[in-house]
Amino acid sequence: MTISERQDELLEELNLFQDWTERYEYIIGLGKKLPPMDQSLQTEDHLIKGCQSQVWLDASLVDGKMHYLADSDSLITKGMIALFVRILNGQTAQDVISTELTFIEKTGLKEHLAPTRANALTLMAAQMRKCALEAS
Amino acid sequence: MSFDEETAVRLARRPRWHYREGVSALDPNAIRQDFPILSREIHGKPLVYLDNAATSQKPFQVLKTSRDYYEEINANIHRGVHHLAQAATTAYEAARETVRAHLNAQSVEEIVFTSGTTDAINLVASVLGRSGKINAGDEIIISGLEHHSNIGPWQILCEQLGISLKIIPVREDGTLDLAIYETLLTDRTKLVSINHISNAFGTVNDVNSICHLAKQVGALTLIDGAQSIAHLSIDVQDINADFYAFSGHKVYAPTGIGVLWARRDLLEELPPWKGGGEMIKEVSFEKTTYNDPPFKYEAGTPNIEGAIALAAALNYVNNLGIESIHSYETHLIQELSSILSSIPEVTIYGPHDRSGAISFNIKGVHHYDLGTLLDQMGFALRTGHHCCQPLMARFGITGTLRASVGVYNTIGEVHALGEALERALKMLR
Repeated sequence: MTISERQDELLEELNLFQDWTERYEYIIGLGKKLPPMDQSLQTEDHLIKGCQSQVWLDASLVDGKMHYLADSDSLITKGMIALFVRILNGQTAQDVISTELTFIEKTGLKEHLAPTRANALTLMAAQMRKCALEAS
Repeated sequence: MSFDEETAVRLARRPRWHYREGVSALDPNAIRQDFPILSREIHGKPLVYLDNAATSQKPFQVLKTSRDYYEEINANIHRGVHHLAQAATTAYEAARETVRAHLNAQSVEEIVFTSGTTDAINLVASVLGRSGKINAGDEIIISGLEHHSNIGPWQILCEQLGISLKIIPVREDGTLDLAIYETLLTDRTKLVSINHISNAFGTVNDVNSICHLAKQVGALTLIDGAQSIAHLSIDVQDINADFYAFSGHKVYAPTGIGVLWARRDLLEELPPWKGGGEMIKEVSFEKTTYNDPPFKYEAGTPNIEGAIALAAALNYVNNLGIESIHSYETHLIQELSSILSSIPEVTIYGPHDRSGAISFNIKGVHHYDLGTLLDQMGFALRTGHHCCQPLMARFGITGTLRASVGVYNTIGEVHALGEALERALKMLR
């Protein structure tokens, strides 16, 4: 599936929910299911700067595809980064760099979050793209 | 926001007391009718506003006062000879008298209008720094419970004058260690600046003893009353401090207005702060003479509407009775405390006899996550460090979740918070 197709699929899933509390519950669930990130990777180097809660991100290129690992001390933040991981894992670095992440706007997530948290979403997206640039 | 005036008058006349088994109590449901914002829904849920330590909501009596001021008597004060200028001046000076009476200050000359507590503390720091009363090698004492507003101004002064800051440590129960405070007091201590109630933990400090001890070494005292003004009866003569500061917006008045109470002889003796209109007696390019207090410290056009609306807010509080408000809010806080205590792995900060606010964390759960989910359910609580990073560091935490009450909160809301917390925790565990 392409990045765009995965974004559409995610939007469809999130739209199934009646309200934001349920959507958060789903996002938190995605966070809980995120593959564990080794403690040794949770270092200052991997910290996304500027987020209120701590978010660690590591990226590597496996068989020409991007592979992301992430964790956070906040379950909601972890769920949000899980959305990105789900969309971008297994894509080529070139695709990650060239595809617009429109789902953030389309879910309404950004308007719904406190400004500090909405800003964290932008920072996460930028960091994931930066990792792809460095890998390519 | 618009409201029907007839309704306003009717509501204003409605008694807010009801008597039950000989015990009088506030009627929160009647009080709630005074606050238009409380009928709002947030994310489709009724608003439960529990962030009163950050700012309070405003009753229509205050909103109407602000609006009436602009619709009927708006003019610049003190200098004008025309009718409106006199009406605005009379209302502004009457507001000063209302504040004086509320604090039991000796005279209106001791009441300086500022933009808030932060502004008032900066005023004191700035003028003390130029007064010659504090010199290199001297010390200022604050506490580990202070808001950044009662830390920053003194740190600026420390850099300027080469003085140092001494900190009264916070004990495990969130109270100040007054035994250590006594050992910090020396003849080098020139000022002690402490909050009356901690915004982060709700700890009520024994300001009378703190001031009494400071005076024995000849130190000046400043009490940051930002959190106490809405919850406690304040008597500046009884506390016997030299300065007392508070913000209007914490006590149902608009933002941008606050008060510095200071002993009159100090206000006369200390140098001016900001230069400008109103604070001068006579100006020439060679020499300017300054006005008498409080005008000496009110340079420029003040927040006239804010001062008048602050008086309306204090009148609102006094109509209900600050003692009744205090006992009602204590009941709410105690109920919150017992609900929170029943949550497994909860840590509640601060002493049991706290006032206004209760701060807590739940093991393994980020306070931001709880705050975000509670927001989805219509609850406004504060998460984070509450502008008290040194205090958070003392307890080894990055922040807490804080619920803080006002006169319009109900026991029903407290119970609803308990249920919402239970639901949020199910999602997060």
